[in-house]
Amino acid sequence: MGGFPILSAMTFLPLAGALIIMLVRAATAGSREATSSDKEGRTALMAGLIISGATFIASLAAFAGFDASQSGYQLVEQYSWYRNISYKMGVDGLSISLILLTTFLIPICLLASWNSIHNRVTEYVVAFLVLETFIIGVFTAMDLVLFYIFFEAGLIPMFLVIGIWGGKDKIYAAFKFFLYTLIGSLLMLVAVVYMYQAAGSTDFEVLEKYAFDPGVQTWLWLAFVASFAVKLPMWPVHTWLPDAHVQAPTAGSVVLAGVLLKMGGYGFLRFSLPMFPDASQLFQPVMFALAVIAIVYTSLVAWRQTDMKKLIAYSSVAHMGFVTLGVFAFNEAGVQGAIFQMLSHGLISGALFLIVGVVYDRMHTREIAAYGGLVHRMPVYATFFMLFTMANVGLPGTSGFIGEILTMVGGFQASTWAAAGAALGVIFSAVYMLTLYRRTVFGQMTNPDLNSIRDMNLIEWVCIAPLAFLTILFGVAPNLIFNITEGSALRILNLMAGG
Amino acid sequence: MIDFTAMILTIGPELWLVAIALAGVLIGATFKDRFNSVSIKFGAIALFAAAAISLMNYEGGEAFGGLVRTNTFVNFAKFVSYVLAGFALIASEGFLKRHGTIRYEYSLLILLASFGMGIILSAADLMTLYMGVETLSLSSYVLAAFHRDSTKAAEAGLKYFVLGALASGMLLYGASLVYGFSGSTEYALIAAAEPSIGMMFGMVLMIVGLAFKVSAAPMHIWTPDVYEGAPTPVVAFFASAPKMASMVVFANVMFTVFGDVIDQWQIILCIIAGLSMIIGSLGALTQTNIKRLLGYSSIANMGYALVAVAAGKELGAGPLLVFMTLYVIASLGLFMGVLAMRRKGGMVEGINELGGLMRKRPVLTIALSILIFSMAGLPPFGGFFGKWEVLTAGVDAGLMPVVIILVLASVVSLGYYLRLIKIMWFDEPTEKFETIDGSVTMTVLLAALVAGILFLFFINALSGWAGSAALGLAG
Repeated sequence: MGGFPILSAMTFLPLAGALIIMLVRAATAGSREATSSDKEGRTALMAGLIISGATFIASLAAFAGFDASQSGYQLVEQYSWYRNISYKMGVDGLSISLILLTTFLIPICLLASWNSIHNRVTEYVVAFLVLETFIIGVFTAMDLVLFYIFFEAGLIPMFLVIGIWGGKDKIYAAFKFFLYTLIGSLLMLVAVVYMYQAAGSTDFEVLEKYAFDPGVQTWLWLAFVASFAVKLPMWPVHTWLPDAHVQAPTAGSVVLAGVLLKMGGYGFLRFSLPMFPDASQLFQPVMFALAVIAIVYTSLVAWRQTDMKKLIAYSSVAHMGFVTLGVFAFNEAGVQGAIFQMLSHGLISGALFLIVGVVYDRMHTREIAAYGGLVHRMPVYATFFMLFTMANVGLPGTSGFIGEILTMVGGFQASTWAAAGAALGVIFSAVYMLTLYRRTVFGQMTNPDLNSIRDMNLIEWVCIAPLAFLTILFGVAPNLIFNITEGSALRILNLMAGG
Repeated sequence: MIDFTAMILTIGPELWLVAIALAGVLIGATFKDRFNSVSIKFGAIALFAAAAISLMNYEGGEAFGGLVRTNTFVNFAKFVSYVLAGFALIASEGFLKRHGTIRYEYSLLILLASFGMGIILSAADLMTLYMGVETLSLSSYVLAAFHRDSTKAAEAGLKYFVLGALASGMLLYGASLVYGFSGSTEYALIAAAEPSIGMMFGMVLMIVGLAFKVSAAPMHIWTPDVYEGAPTPVVAFFASAPKMASMVVFANVMFTVFGDVIDQWQIILCIIAGLSMIIGSLGALTQTNIKRLLGYSSIANMGYALVAVAAGKELGAGPLLVFMTLYVIASLGLFMGVLAMRRKGGMVEGINELGGLMRKRPVLTIALSILIFSMAGLPPFGGFFGKWEVLTAGVDAGLMPVVIILVLASVVSLGYYLRLIKIMWFDEPTEKFETIDGSVTMTVLLAALVAGILFLFFINALSGWAGSAALGLAG
């Protein structure tokens, strides 16, 4: 308590920046020449980069003030707001790590848009900054209503990002994304209202201690999972994801796969386990079954894709299956693995979408068949692509390996069959990723358009290299993350055990 | 001996309004057309003054031997209704001028309709209630058909009149049954009377009549047609001030007169609410005229409000005020948005004509988008809290089925709200929009600021005011 409200500052910094950009634009609208709109866009992008960079620094400052040896919520800020609902913010190891992932990815997203977005750039930057505020807010909120507000508000900028700057079927994808997510979250809202009535508060710490009746828990759990399962996404409610990913601009896909999906896993860990322990136990077999189906089935679906982005989108669903498996193993290995898998997947899938974006910007097609033999013209690109392919497969030495092995170890302790099914998915992931890699990078250059394709430029380097560095760093030294998240993982399991 | 203090305390704003309206008739008769343009400001100032008077006499009182009785609950509604009526009136000026129908009768009709709103809110007797309903309705019929040369407006006015007369008949018949079986027309005496089967019949008929006035399904059929046909500023008025007043009167009658037999009417209101939400949100999906679309959306929103009414006096009164306040402000703002857009050859009414608005009028578009999202109940905008209050009331009262319908209807409603957003933000602009009136744009911006943003921060205050206003019902 007391001191500088670093969490609020970090959360609302991007929003404030977005407002300033809009005001500046409104103020200069009169003097603007029609020809200088491109220049205006560059300025806006630059401003967005500075603001999101500042947000990253702010999140580092928050991280510096964070004590990983304590398991509870830290840096708490609380003001009373509305009835028993308070504006309460705080972080633990789980949320601070996801916040860092967010603030790290957003500048990369904006930078990656430097050459790919030419249309209504100012609005694009504003949308991303607003989105960043809402995402950080989801992870810092310590009051259920506040959480819900951020959680749902994030839909609006993402809807605009997909709908304005997306591909051919953007409208369909944007609507599907919005309505799918909304129906889940509104069911959650009913549960939130109920919990508010029952417990008299929506403070996380109160709700974690409040023991809901087991029968009621079942309904509340289902309502919450309706929301998080769509967000994560879990099979069979994952169908919005391939559409959204394929139609979204590259940066949109990165933020979608990198951060937005993590809200689902975060929700499981933050609410389902500690607040509804009995119901979580009850539904464990169901969740395991769905996780295994997600891993195996979507891996097979991914294998048959002809569109690169769609393939990676399906692979995301499969990798999120590991998160579900780990979370519902209810042991330290599983939960730690799930958190790690979320962070690692954020880096890897983000990087893969950037990788696809690199060739898409040059060729304007995502068809796998249109490529082949890229290694001859783009050796650096091929190297990075190789690294992230391997990371996505889960090769030891990359962060992907740690997440998968730990969730499987956790899953194994809970259910041998589930772990066995998930292991099958690891094999499939090798199948589809290596197929993708072989067909795009190796082989003969059959498509004549590829003869003039250039290798990665500086901006793409700057975007992808940090992700590659972190992927390897966390693969070699996973304790960097485990030390941060251990406290909160143990705390969640403790709460679940009734502690 | 007439107690003037009590009269002023109880229906001061209404006495003021009717005096001003009558004075307006005299001025109009004297100055004829020279009064036309001035009458708008004249009426609006009178309405704002009435709002101020209702605040001054916020605690209310009783007068005319129990024919009228006010409390904080109805005075809250009076205040909101008068302010919105004032804004609706100011913003009409440009539209009427362009269509050459600016006549002082317009302002006077709005004043008289507002007088009717005040009377139904103040009513403590079925007779007063019926008189007020008729005053409001008759003024509304004329307003709906105010564009005498337009066949659509004439159709709207006639349709409204015929169906409205039927609904008034139902209300009157119900009231007479209630009177017959309870022996009194006074709210308090009816509430104290022994409930009988005949009284329940009367109550159901009264519910039918009142549901028509708030355009709840299945008495909603008139709404889209009237909204489409009537002049846009008139619709903006219909969709804001009288909506607020009628809904609060509906709640007042149910709570005060039939408060003890809630187990008899709760299920009826739940069904009406559920039907309204389903019909409203599904109906709006296929509309191509923006006024019709908003008409259906208002049916759905009345369904949400009725959930709060069905939750009963203790749980529902405060949430109802919060929800309705946020809703009517957003509703007025949206219709003002429709009013703000003109192309060559007339008003923008087809929703596809909004294409590319973001490119042409970014500020207006952002304001409208905030209003749309607010009306859809999406956080972080104010409307979310309206919905939150209603949900809280519904869950508290154990009305789970209708709460689930509410949630699902919200998802469906996003289908058409998002379509509007999509057209405004994603589509390419077609032709130029013409310049628009400052007062209209200001109203849109103000509504977006108040309903969308401001109440995000001051929701505690609003909820507190509404909560303490609702306490007035208990006395």
